[in-house]
Amino acid sequence: MVPTTYYIGLSTILFTIGTMGVLLRRNAIVMFLSIELMLNAANLAFVAFARQLASIDGQVIVFFVMTVAAAEAAVGLAIIIAVFRHRRTINTDELRLLRW
Amino acid sequence: MVEPLWLILSAAAIKALIVTLMVLQLAGSLGWVERKASALIQDRIGANRAGIFGFTGLGLVNTLMADPLKFLTKEDVIPGNVDHLFHTLAPCIHLFPALVTFAVIPFGDVLLIGDYTINLQVAPLNIGILFVLAMVSLGVYGVVLGGWASNNRWSLLGGIRGSAQMISYELAMGLAVVAMIMTYGTLDLQQMARAQGGMILGFIPDWGICYQPIAFLIFLCAGIAESKRVPFDLPESESELVSGFFTEYSGTKHLMFFMTDFVEVIIVAGLITTLFFGGWQVPYLARDGFHFPGGATLLLPNLVVAILQIVAFSVKLLFFCWLQIMIRWTLPRFRYDQLMRLGWITLLPLGFLNAIATAVVILAWAQH
Amino acid sequence: MSYPLFFVLAALSIISAAGVVLTRHPVRSAMCLVVTLFLLAVVFVFLDADFVAALQVVVYAGAILVVFLFVIMLLNLERDEPETHSQRRTFTGLTVTCLLALALLYLLRQSGTVLPGPGMNTAVPPGFGSIEAVGLRLFTHYLLQFEITGLLMLAGVIGAVVLAKRKVS
Repeated sequence: MVPTTYYIGLSTILFTIGTMGVLLRRNAIVMFLSIELMLNAANLAFVAFARQLASIDGQVIVFFVMTVAAAEAAVGLAIIIAVFRHRRTINTDELRLLRW
Repeated sequence: MVEPLWLILSAAAIKALIVTLMVLQLAGSLGWVERKASALIQDRIGANRAGIFGFTGLGLVNTLMADPLKFLTKEDVIPGNVDHLFHTLAPCIHLFPALVTFAVIPFGDVLLIGDYTINLQVAPLNIGILFVLAMVSLGVYGVVLGGWASNNRWSLLGGIRGSAQMISYELAMGLAVVAMIMTYGTLDLQQMARAQGGMILGFIPDWGICYQPIAFLIFLCAGIAESKRVPFDLPESESELVSGFFTEYSGTKHLMFFMTDFVEVIIVAGLITTLFFGGWQVPYLARDGFHFPGGATLLLPNLVVAILQIVAFSVKLLFFCWLQIMIRWTLPRFRYDQLMRLGWITLLPLGFLNAIATAVVILAWAQH
Repeated sequence: MSYPLFFVLAALSIISAAGVVLTRHPVRSAMCLVVTLFLLAVVFVFLDADFVAALQVVVYAGAILVVFLFVIMLLNLERDEPETHSQRRTFTGLTVTCLLALALLYLLRQSGTVLPGPGMNTAVPPGFGSIEAVGLRLFTHYLLQFEITGLLMLAGVIGAVVLAKRKVS
């Protein structure tokens, strides 16, 4: 059986790739996708620990994380649509003015 | 006893192979049934031109041999400026979840070979029906990518409308399934089928529809809407959008999209059969033979029982496939806002009320 | 789960996660994330979390990412232009990421090999990770959180509708 540290290592690598996406990419939607990737890395850590501790609480927390991610994705994408309607771009380099 | 690994793997492989081949064959045959049934309904003859030495076989030669051959040998026309990766992947993404869904649909009880018991279901998952919902969710990608990868405004429109329709009716389908899960207390389809074996009052089969008629109607509507058949076929309305989201696909890719349509018909029919009509159950047939109410029994070897159950499942499956084809050629098409209204304002609250009523009845029964 | 299988799944998910971040086209990015989520669902199944794996495919890959794909297609996003950002920003971003990775891996190293609990090699009680187990825990211990999450989703729905609605002027 693969020890827990390997799963946490995979979770770490995925989290780091997500962070890289948030810091380096300028497209708002790709930044959002990277955030979802980070959330999934956290989910993997939770499920691995749930198995390690034989406790179902980890999986319940994953349920909540998914729900919150869904709500956040809905609102975030609505914001992106609203911004796009006004500025015609979602490149975060060009979205710098608080007021037109 | 615990089966050896080689037996489990080989049995699973053989079952998967048989189920896949039968489903693909049935999908082709349903194409023929559709053309002939529509011809009969519309008082015309239908496809009868292709033949071998004059033998047209009621259009079978045309639909089962000439059409697939034509599709497979046609030139693969790819419009310019498309994303080649997704143009090729979209039909595959559309077909794969549809075929994989059959892994959890049981087509018989058990087959006893020597000392081993083989469950006649390709994959006995303990999350059976959730797997079906998962695959239905993945099927949305085939539609939306197919529409987008065509570099065609109207295909994109058809794709977006189609996928919006699919995700709306997934909810209604899920709620109908939730009511059935509550009734039988399990997610595994094989256990649900096994639980529908008895008789009520001695002569009415103890099928799911006796407990959940509303869920059956919701599931039927939602299933037909999921597979984008008429009357819900605005995404691919033949008279308006040419072929909707798969207009720009020719040859084998078109065949894959077209076949997925019929495979989804078979999926909906298979699920309705398993959830609401007893699956492979034959009235009065138990694992060792017939047990009639008078006390008379007819003991049969396990192989005969298994074959009877598979035949019963096939008969019920074919009936519901035929029913969907009849519905297609009888009803006019829904407008898109009517379609969405039906999904969100009619079926969804009905599904919720049904689930709540089921929960109340189950609790009251438990107190009793 | 055996070591070779884990390494294959890990390698594939890292490659597709890298694809999310490195691809220029947003649609390819989203589809790479779908593949990553699907692979993670497979890992969940091997960790005796069947229900969570099904939920991942139904909710995350099947609903949330479809919404992402809708938005990308409705906004008609093309390939991103080669970024004209400064090299300094790229350097800063990469440095921060590497520092984060090193810090996390160092913590992982220091955590030791003996973790509390039964461990991965002990068999779990039957029914672990099934819908009954998760549902029972969710509706007894975590009932308040469940209801609050319901309110959160309501707020999310209302917020999304209000923000994305076209103002009729």
